Amino acid sequence: MLQVISLLLENKPGALMRVTGLLSQRGYNIESLTVARTLDPELSRMTIAVEVDSTLRQQVIKQMNKLINVLQATDMTDSPSVFREMLLVRVRTPQESRAAVLKEAEIFGGRVVDSSTEGFAIEVTGDPEKLNEFVDVMRSYGEIDVTRSGVLAIGLEPKKLRLQPPVPTKAGVLVTEPKD
Amino acid sequence: MSTLMSGARMLLECLAREGVDCMFGYPGGVTLPFYDSLYDHHIRHVLVRHEENAAFAAEGYARSTGKVGVCCATSGPGATNLTTGLVDAMMDSIPIVALTGQVSTKLIGSDAFQEADTFGITRPCTKHNYLVKRLEDLPQAIHEAFYVASSGRPGPVLVDVPKDVFQAQGHYQPVSTIHLPGYKVFTEGHTGQIRRALQLIKKSERPLIYGGGGIVAAGAASELREFVERTGAPAVMTLMGLGGLPSNHGNFISMPGMHGSYAANMAMSHADLLIALGVRFDDRVTGRLAAFAPHAKVIHVDIDPAEIGKNRAADVPIVGDVKHVLGRLNRGLEEAKAEPEQSLAAARRAWWEQIRQWKLEHPLQPVTSDSEIKPQHLMAEIDRLSNGQAIVAADVGQHQMWAAQLIRFNEPRLWLNSGGLGSMGFGLPAALGAQFARPDKLVFAIVGDGGFQMSIPELATIASYGLPIKIVVMNNGYLGMVRQWQELFYNNRLSSVTLDCFPDAEKLAAAYGFKGKTIEKPWELAPALKQAVSEPGPYLLNVKVSPLECVYPMVPAGGAINEMVLGPPEPVAEPVKP
Repeated sequence: MLQVISLLLENKPGALMRVTGLLSQRGYNIESLTVARTLDPELSRMTIAVEVDSTLRQQVIKQMNKLINVLQATDMTDSPSVFREMLLVRVRTPQESRAAVLKEAEIFGGRVVDSSTEGFAIEVTGDPEKLNEFVDVMRSYGEIDVTRSGVLAIGLEPKKLRLQPPVPTKAGVLVTEPKD
Repeated sequence: MSTLMSGARMLLECLAREGVDCMFGYPGGVTLPFYDSLYDHHIRHVLVRHEENAAFAAEGYARSTGKVGVCCATSGPGATNLTTGLVDAMMDSIPIVALTGQVSTKLIGSDAFQEADTFGITRPCTKHNYLVKRLEDLPQAIHEAFYVASSGRPGPVLVDVPKDVFQAQGHYQPVSTIHLPGYKVFTEGHTGQIRRALQLIKKSERPLIYGGGGIVAAGAASELREFVERTGAPAVMTLMGLGGLPSNHGNFISMPGMHGSYAANMAMSHADLLIALGVRFDDRVTGRLAAFAPHAKVIHVDIDPAEIGKNRAADVPIVGDVKHVLGRLNRGLEEAKAEPEQSLAAARRAWWEQIRQWKLEHPLQPVTSDSEIKPQHLMAEIDRLSNGQAIVAADVGQHQMWAAQLIRFNEPRLWLNSGGLGSMGFGLPAALGAQFARPDKLVFAIVGDGGFQMSIPELATIASYGLPIKIVVMNNGYLGMVRQWQELFYNNRLSSVTLDCFPDAEKLAAAYGFKGKTIEKPWELAPALKQAVSEPGPYLLNVKVSPLECVYPMVPAGGAINEMVLGPPEPVAEPVKP
């Protein structure tokens, strides 16, 4: 079954590779992945949808939490949470269907972002399942092009973030006198 | 205070502050600035003959001391050659820091000469890794690398440094703190779970302590010993844990698993409580998981939360440093110092009686012959010389298993072997690293004729530094472990396992300027080993052993650990060679 994982991670080069590497080295295919900066510019929030064997779901979360760049990895699949995705569709439609297409877009809460004699570009957000339906409906009006953002998730219950405090290094006096 | 210095100098400054006294490496184009600064620095650089062996030597240094081992390689092929050693350290949780040179920052990504994506390649080979593109980030990265390598569950960390970062001049500011908010280290153990563990221990009729590499890594040998004595429970120690409890301790059974003893595996299969301490329920220990320790409740103590419940569900999971947790368990046992009820005491006596019985039925004992040297005989003789005191670095294969079965280790950090990854070629460079770390110790490198030839260039390093390592080649003329599997499971069709053309050991050693000898008769064994040990420098002893001996007991792949094969099956098919 599709597992949705939300990660809070450091916004550093290679952090994304560490997370995706954990999945690819186990042969898991990522269905979608979104990542962007959080309010704190040093951190990113990532949402991954991935097909994981149900017995290994907890292990994957634990392995992600072990990554030094990852502050928190959470399995959103079974916890109270909201999933949303955004979709852009360009539909080529003949004159006689234009009104119908607009009506359908309205039903799905879509917004026209471009209109031309050829057709429309429409933006819709919603539950990924709902977006699938919207795609089916648009396809019935003509040739379409679709791009999707991948699923975003947010938990509905506050989750305590456990962070490691700073530790002192073995610094001290200079051990050697520099010569150069 | 800040001082203007080059990146190379800054790196050395950081290493010195981390207490590094010795590193193993091989220079190259992009590390030239670093090696130039090293030229007049007090840190000792050991020039090995292949980068892979630099990593193994750093492991030998770390495994024999508990300190962080350091290795160094140039960009491209230097770095890629390190990777086997990095994965080896990863699998066995060994703290090493690898430093690699990289092409200059402006050349990265241009397919420059000797460029490789070291940061990308080593991501899955390390606990963490760094690519330092600015000089001002270098000290932080180095100190973090040492901290990450040595804390929590130890492991390898790599720092990749481009040539222009070595060359840049900057003001060195000592780094006073490390802040890695996402790096969680759990040490103490959960109080409630520790209480539950104590209750299970109190009620158990057939407890068994199952200790592993975590005992060695945590420095928990004295705590384990106290725990064993307070509980009175029998203990098995895994391949990685040997020496964590002295082999001559009355409660020690032996190693469990695929080539573990009958008694250890039977104890695993009949225990009603497994107290798993710093172990990961490796497949070579558990055999078929579904049939492993079927009657046992499990207390699992490990510093890595991901190990708990990974292979076997734990009834009492305790995430923590096994040293701290054992200390707390010992205090708990001390406080609740009540004699067990009579019925329980009787059950525990019966349990011990049963274990003694199993030990008597099928003991691990050296096999000898009048006409040829049995490999077990060789291990028994080395054991006699070592008397639980020497450092033994093994390679990978049959000799490794016989050594683990028959050589005693009365302290941790004496037995060095590639347990998780099983890297052939490990033994010689690991012995080399250990001898640098502990110059006063007698160090044996016990290697097969296969693995020895994988790291044979290191004879030059050993000779050049005059390391008094006793290299014992258990020479059966085959890749013995693979041959054993071909004999038992592939109709004895010996496909590509014959190792002929082994060099003349005496001449080989002489070519490097030290002594060597080949023996093949059982009566030559004891005197030859004695001579090797009494020789002040290195010694190469090539021991021709009976070629077709197999390691027993053996749990066939996919078998349950109580379904051991105790000796050769009858009849054995005639060997078929191409």
